[in-house]
Amino acid sequence: MSILVNKESRLVVQGITGKEGSFHAAACRDYGTRLVAGVTPGKGGTTAEGVPVFDTVEAAVEKTGADVSMIFVPARFAADAIMEAAGAGVKLVVCITEGIPVFDMVRVKRFLEGRPTRLIGPNCPGIITPDECKIGIMPGFIHRRGPVGVVSRSGTLTYEAVWQISQLGLGETTCIGIGGDPVHGLDFVEVLELFERDGETEAVVLIGEIGGEDEERAARYVKSSMSKPVVGFIAGITAPPGRRMGHAGAIVAGGKGTAAAKMEALAAGGVTVVNNPTQIGETIGRLLKRPGKSTSSRRSPSSSTRRKRK
Amino acid sequence: MNIHEYQAKQLFAHYQIPVPRGRAALTADDAMAAAGELGGWPVVVKAQIHAGGRGKAGGVKLARSTEEVATIARSLLGRPLVTHQTGPQGRLVGKLLVEQGLSIGKEFYLSLLVDRTAGRPVIVASREGGMEIEKVAARHPEKIYKYSIDPAVGLQPFHARALGFRLGLSAEQIGPLSRLLQGLYRLLSEAGASQVEVNPLITTATGELLALDAKVGFDDNAVPLHPEILALRDLDEEYPLEVEASKYNLNYVRLDGTIGCMVNGAGLAMATMDVIKLAGGEPANFLDVGGGASKETVKEAFRILLSDVNVRGVFVNIFGGIVRCERIGGGIVDAAKEIEVKVPLVVRLEGTNAAEGRQILAASGLKLEVAGTMWEGAQKIVKLVPKPAVSAGGVR
Repeated sequence: MSILVNKESRLVVQGITGKEGSFHAAACRDYGTRLVAGVTPGKGGTTAEGVPVFDTVEAAVEKTGADVSMIFVPARFAADAIMEAAGAGVKLVVCITEGIPVFDMVRVKRFLEGRPTRLIGPNCPGIITPDECKIGIMPGFIHRRGPVGVVSRSGTLTYEAVWQISQLGLGETTCIGIGGDPVHGLDFVEVLELFERDGETEAVVLIGEIGGEDEERAARYVKSSMSKPVVGFIAGITAPPGRRMGHAGAIVAGGKGTAAAKMEALAAGGVTVVNNPTQIGETIGRLLKRPGKSTSSRRSPSSSTRRKRK
Repeated sequence: MNIHEYQAKQLFAHYQIPVPRGRAALTADDAMAAAGELGGWPVVVKAQIHAGGRGKAGGVKLARSTEEVATIARSLLGRPLVTHQTGPQGRLVGKLLVEQGLSIGKEFYLSLLVDRTAGRPVIVASREGGMEIEKVAARHPEKIYKYSIDPAVGLQPFHARALGFRLGLSAEQIGPLSRLLQGLYRLLSEAGASQVEVNPLITTATGELLALDAKVGFDDNAVPLHPEILALRDLDEEYPLEVEASKYNLNYVRLDGTIGCMVNGAGLAMATMDVIKLAGGEPANFLDVGGGASKETVKEAFRILLSDVNVRGVFVNIFGGIVRCERIGGGIVDAAKEIEVKVPLVVRLEGTNAAEGRQILAASGLKLEVAGTMWEGAQKIVKLVPKPAVSAGGVR
């Protein structure tokens, strides 16, 4: 098992004829993802990366049965592209585009209310289920199938953690970058719920950063409802207040959203917090009691083993 | 992006939000003229800097004569104003706002912003006007009123009624409050503002509602779509190296440590700063060169890092994803040769073709150390850089 995407997922790429879109559509297909269509308004009827291009997502869904979309369209058109995909009934939309105005995302979030579409991102690396399906811009080779679920607000920092996990001989069920924007789709809690229910996931790595309160809510969820061990890291303990650190959402404002407060909240929720990001891999290995080789045996998440670690 | 109070008030006026009469002045003479145009006393002279706490710091003064305006203007202009938000060196005052003095009835706090958790705009208000709202929220959360706005329909008249009667306004004041709120909401929904704050919102002796202060923060993602807003940017309020970096699409934030760092990706860049601190050093900056670190961006990044006189060593931490490490390695070597990096340099390359990348670095003849992991790299650079006399963690 895995969460959200697997080898059955059928991918449509919005913006497939652009530089980024075509490059990553090909990279995803080469990884093994079932790329079935592309969308570029005005280029319907042509082909790109070996798949048909349609003028609309609606047409792509109708003709190819696409159920996941990956978006590479420029920031000022991206909100519209997300809503187009949701309107066409796509189940999962992964928006890679960076720089979407916050108020555009406010409207998108409202539009998605009550619809079955889930959104990952924007401003994110995407989602990957190793050996099955990659829908995003992450390097595929650093991943390895295994028992660890990974959820993160970051891109390259996620690769760092994944690489540590893979190198230990462990591996990942699914890795999701939820993105660095203040208003975004799936949040930590929703992804944790999915990992908690997933039979293959035995432990979760959560990588947060300064700003907002996603991590605090995640901490409350872990405390109330999570049986699987969670390792957490928060980037930005040295970040000065009031300054945006690259990501639009990474800012300590009005004394809120500090790394220290988030680490404290996570620890209080039963998450094993590491303050050195280079120890994420070994910590998850220790919690799984398998610092060396990975095995396929599953540990049933019984509540009696909950949060003895600390 | 932030703007000055006088600019915010011009925007307010454009959106039919009542503000005191007044205008900006660059010199003492101009300030006297501006005071004269108001045709009455007293007037208020307000230092224009991008920081709060100006009143307590002596940056807002009442004047009852032209001579007083001149004295106050001369005492403020061209000098740094130190508030609790500026740091000890303060901010240089280059502009003043001269406006009519008003007799104040009641004072309120009012702001509109996007609640990132709910993903919706929210009105935040309180009867505790003129106070720091964070303090009110911490001590008396019950004194803060919040109303979430459904972006599908926008701000409604009932929001103004609910809020107005809670604030103790009269029935006659609800209409003006509603128009004022609509203006503020349009700044968010149409003009790219991420937060508008009126602190205080006042009623005058005659019962008029008026924004006595105005603070508007813009969503950096929206600003490029609004040239009229971008034109309000004041580069004098930004650190020169940060302005320089922004020209090359580099995300750079200066800190006051001694170890410069260059990283790809914002999260990893923050984590690298954190690890330098853990290893016993102090990061000199945050610098994200973006996903595809090319030779050109690496070169510009080196140039910007090294023009900070505090930098005594540089740690380059790159996790090559789509970009192959041998290209990044080559870029670092070329850039370091051209720029002549004279301080200790530690490079950690990981990811796609990392071994080849390290090989290129090792064979370059450059004086640099190669690290296998981020932790090893941080420890190496901390060892190579002499400890600063005074350690500091703040900004600038």
